[in-house]
Amino acid sequence: MSDMSNAVVEKYHNDFLKEVEAHVEEGEWVKMCMQCGVCAGSCPLGPHWAHPPQEIFMMIRAGKREEVLSSDAMWMCTSCYNCIVRCPRGLPITHIMHGLAHYAHRLGLAPEKQPTRVFAKLFWDNITKTGRANELKMGLSLYFKDGFGNGIKEAMKNKALGQAMMKTKRLNPMEILGGHGVKDKSGLHAMLAKAREIEDAKLEQGK
Amino acid sequence: MAKKEYSFYPGCSSQKGASASNLQVSVDAMCDALDIQLNEIPDWNCCSASIGYGEGGELPRIALSARNLALSEQHNPGQDLVATCAACWLATREASERLSGSDQLMAETNQALAAAGLNLEPAKPQRVRHMVEVLIEDFGFEALGEKVQKPLEGIKIASYIGCQTNRPFGIDGESFENPVYLDKLVDTLGGDAIPDYEKKVQCCGGALMFSEPEKSQELVKGILEAAHDNGADMIVTPCPLCQMNTEVYQDQINATHGTSFNMPVVYYSQLMSVAYGKSASEAGLDGQIIKAKKLEDIAGK
Repeated sequence: MSDMSNAVVEKYHNDFLKEVEAHVEEGEWVKMCMQCGVCAGSCPLGPHWAHPPQEIFMMIRAGKREEVLSSDAMWMCTSCYNCIVRCPRGLPITHIMHGLAHYAHRLGLAPEKQPTRVFAKLFWDNITKTGRANELKMGLSLYFKDGFGNGIKEAMKNKALGQAMMKTKRLNPMEILGGHGVKDKSGLHAMLAKAREIEDAKLEQGK
Repeated sequence: MAKKEYSFYPGCSSQKGASASNLQVSVDAMCDALDIQLNEIPDWNCCSASIGYGEGGELPRIALSARNLALSEQHNPGQDLVATCAACWLATREASERLSGSDQLMAETNQALAAAGLNLEPAKPQRVRHMVEVLIEDFGFEALGEKVQKPLEGIKIASYIGCQTNRPFGIDGESFENPVYLDKLVDTLGGDAIPDYEKKVQCCGGALMFSEPEKSQELVKGILEAAHDNGADMIVTPCPLCQMNTEVYQDQINATHGTSFNMPVVYYSQLMSVAYGKSASEAGLDGQIIKAKKLEDIAGK
């Protein structure tokens, strides 16, 4: 993806705002931010961000491409939608954050081991495989994301929780054999492949 | 009152053996009492929730919801599409609104849907609604109250609405900062509401409970602490992820923070099922990891 990253930089003559407007979901809203900071004060994970949304928007306008796309900030979004409903200018901030995170991920510039990035990828692969979430496999793949040894440690730490979920029939060990899913898997996969194909073309050319 | 029918999207967590299977049990009991018929959308798929964006771009995500909308239109024509899961409702409604607002997105989505032999009719979008909207708008508190057989007397209940059943769409035109529909429901069922429960719309961490457990558990600690300090016997919520996040990690939170929380967290549909005379198991109370003893007692009367 770094070839593509270089190509877009060249295409927009280093104007990162134009690049974001053309390539990022809801990116055309970034210029509307008036820097009031309500979003920063409304974010539940505010204390943990490197840059709150209004700072990210200003950095985009200042052309700080590398800092924005490699930031872990967008990956701290819990999708609580507080910023959306409070923004005085009506910017769809949650969606812009998601869009920036996705764009950075697709260009290969997002922080490699950022845990929410890793989880988001696991989640998507999990749900698109059969068309429905397999909660058991999701949990296990998350425990084992940092290798086998760490996986055993994580699984042991959450052993009591898993047992309580199974006892109350809210986690099914048999899901390891396949679990729930849609009947028309081939249709679902063909649909997603087509959607990805259309989207990839747009990612290269802009919206 | 005549039977009401809806096209129903249960979502992954409501399936048998999944984390909110007890939500579905209680929704079935509640709908039985209210004479609601839920017609499940055949072969529905995951909405990709609020974490799907990382790998899935806009069009693949919209396509997932569009497939459900198309199947719903095809099999349950003319019926409102109703979801019980906050994320399912949000994703589906958002997709529906974006599709209505953009001919280009609609055309691209239909190109993707065609690969699955499906099609969306742009002209007549189905309404996408949350179950609590059905209860409030199609029934109303007065009608909901008339069905009460066993008032939830003596139970003090903190109404925890969370994020996505509230923002960005809102329920019944209520304030985003201080919605009161769940308090009104608790009162309607004969329980004691806590209208000034200050953490009612605080985020529980959502999906980041899995990737950022320490940060999310700290948020949940605040939600539990406020309920405890307000004298709550239990918390009620409309959201499957809020329920799980606030109930099942209490041991871990206690171990980390030196607290001693043991706070039951139930669904509105469980309160309603019990108040409407259903048994503890019909209300899905056997699905609680932290037993809702006071609710079980009323169900057993």
